[in-house]
Amino acid sequence: MIFLEARDVVKQYANHLALNKVNISVPQNSIFGLLGPNGAGKTTLIRIINQITGADSGEISINGKPLKPSDIARIGYLPEERGLYKKMKVGEQAIYLARLKGMSKTDAMKGLKYWFEKFEIQAWWDKKVDELSKGMQQKIQFIVTVLHNPELLIFDEPFSGFDPINTNLLKQEILELQKKGATIIFSTHNMSSVEEICDNITLINNSQTILSGTINGVKQTYKDNLVQLDFAGASDALKNVLNHSFNIKTISDHHNHQVATIQLSKGQTINHLLQNVINQVEIHGIKEILPSMNDIFIKVVEQSNSNKANNN
Amino acid sequence: MSKISLIIKREYSTRVRKKSFIIMSLIGPVLFAVTMVLPAWLSTVDDSEDRYIAVIDETSRFHQPIPDKGTMHFLYPPKFQFKDIYKDYHQFGFDAFVVIPNGFLNTVNEVQVFSEAQITIDVKNHITYHLDNIAQKEKLDQYQIEELSTIIRDIQSTHISVKTINLSEDGKENESSVEVTMVLAIVFATLIYFLILLYGTQVMKGVIEEKTNRIVEVIISSVKPFQLMMGKIVGIALVALTQFLIWGLLSIVITTALQSTFNIETPHQEITNITQETIQQSELQANFEKITNQLNNINLLGSLAAFIYFFLGGYLLYASLFAAVGAALDNETDSQQFVMPIMLPLILSIYISFAAFRNPGGDIAFWFSMIPLTSPIVMMARIPFQIPTWEIMLSMLILCCSFILTTWFAGRVYRTGILMYGKKVSYKEIWKWFRYAGK
Repeated sequence: MIFLEARDVVKQYANHLALNKVNISVPQNSIFGLLGPNGAGKTTLIRIINQITGADSGEISINGKPLKPSDIARIGYLPEERGLYKKMKVGEQAIYLARLKGMSKTDAMKGLKYWFEKFEIQAWWDKKVDELSKGMQQKIQFIVTVLHNPELLIFDEPFSGFDPINTNLLKQEILELQKKGATIIFSTHNMSSVEEICDNITLINNSQTILSGTINGVKQTYKDNLVQLDFAGASDALKNVLNHSFNIKTISDHHNHQVATIQLSKGQTINHLLQNVINQVEIHGIKEILPSMNDIFIKVVEQSNSNKANNN
Repeated sequence: MSKISLIIKREYSTRVRKKSFIIMSLIGPVLFAVTMVLPAWLSTVDDSEDRYIAVIDETSRFHQPIPDKGTMHFLYPPKFQFKDIYKDYHQFGFDAFVVIPNGFLNTVNEVQVFSEAQITIDVKNHITYHLDNIAQKEKLDQYQIEELSTIIRDIQSTHISVKTINLSEDGKENESSVEVTMVLAIVFATLIYFLILLYGTQVMKGVIEEKTNRIVEVIISSVKPFQLMMGKIVGIALVALTQFLIWGLLSIVITTALQSTFNIETPHQEITNITQETIQQSELQANFEKITNQLNNINLLGSLAAFIYFFLGGYLLYASLFAAVGAALDNETDSQQFVMPIMLPLILSIYISFAAFRNPGGDIAFWFSMIPLTSPIVMMARIPFQIPTWEIMLSMLILCCSFILTTWFAGRVYRTGILMYGKKVSYKEIWKWFRYAGK
């Protein structure tokens, strides 16, 4: 079931088209990666979803109903440009931000108690924000984002400025929020984290959607049908059996075994390959090589940029 | 609680708890009282050190021409000649000496005062006054008019006093004082200037702070940018009013305290002990009461109400402009080129106010008390002079309309500006933000 959908969203700034008929659909309870190079229009789309700015045309719907002002309380947003009042005390500030989201003071206190105990940061309650380190401030920002139990969470570059330990903590918390039923939109350049936690992605470039689907589906679409074969034995024997029907890309020596990369052509499967080599060499392992999201990102964006250049 | 009231509450409570606010609140009235009382106090404090001045009357015609006054003692050592004490006057215990030469009446020779330390203006005035009198009397005597001394006494007993009275619209006569009105006008005008500047720039600083802290996007995902801007402007306005209220209350306390000290001291004095000092004090008290009366006659309550209206109107007008500027900037150091154009009308208002003190009914005073950017200050400079009510009403109406207009303008600039980072902002750019009808 689709939780959030954007259809043909257009946003024109004074002298630049930020979004040109962009579509996204975020399944309920999924982690959705909104990807794209700098200036692609991700933040603009996120701001439209948060009703910080409005779309010129197009529609945004939550649970099938058009977005309305009161939906703000259902969304938790951690912007890329984020911060806190430096001179305000942590607890006071967290309550203030929670109440702006429409929480009552008692509910805010209850929620904060839970999160402060969970992160073991009760001692920070009466500290001023500028007494905290950057990582500590990020934790507070995270708590404030999720405090009102939003159905939809939007994280814009959540890991920037986090150390590996806190990045991991944050990932765990995001996965846990998903378990509890939240739908999560993730905007980032960090492709390894996309691979790790996202279910679906949409890639935006030059204000347009150029790719969307599940992680696995996208990888299947962009794979080069490469297979990695680990074996021991004579590499010449392997070459002899495969050269007439298979395309061997590389063979490299590792100290007690060898690794071959082989491209399957249309109709060929790993089973075919195994049938051919099984009597020639000692097989240690075999696996399909899927492209990394990083490779796909670069490939697709470059393709779309060169298309655009050609059209111009 | 609605969201905008949460914002107002935060802006208010964080500011009134600041040390600077508390210090300003306490020091303000004290400074005010000091500036009011200090000159009066200084003039009553006499120089306690006695000074002896020798007078060498080379004409030998006058008997002790300069009398003693306060700590000034004039002595007439009969045998002294100029050349005798020229170098040694210190050894005789004199601080200075005066030489009255022959022919000083015709200003052939000048009277000379010799001293090591420069003599004070009081001493000089005292000497000049008495020698002038003598010279005038001598000249009159030369005409040999009969009964001269009677005529002079008659002339000197006439004193014309001018009393200024305001006729109010209901025909009541109120004694007014030009001086008190003037002081009031100056106080009102400068206070408004000062408060608008102080709190207007606080709005700008607050907006820049939110922008550089990067908290603004977090907040406007919960509230509308306009709510955030208005919450800040209103919150700071309440801070200003609170400060003003504290100043008012403290001033009343201090004034009453001063008043009661004067009142209490008099009965404690033994009747036989009425010294020069107590007479001076009861004169001071009388003066004090007179000023209080005159203040009452200027419709102080009405003026105060107008003051609060014009402060709020002017503040809202300027604060929204300051907010727009704050939204356009990334940090305070860049603010100068945008703050200057806002400051100019404020500074201009102060200059025009000084013209308004001299001629509160004049064209310049009238027009600039209608133009919204200058009206809060110029109008407050005119109000103590009891100008027609319709002028005040018109000015208030224009001010009200224009702050609605500037707030609308600022809201549009603000909405786009707060999300712009790292962009060099020009007036053209701000105009574009305004034109761009963001939804």
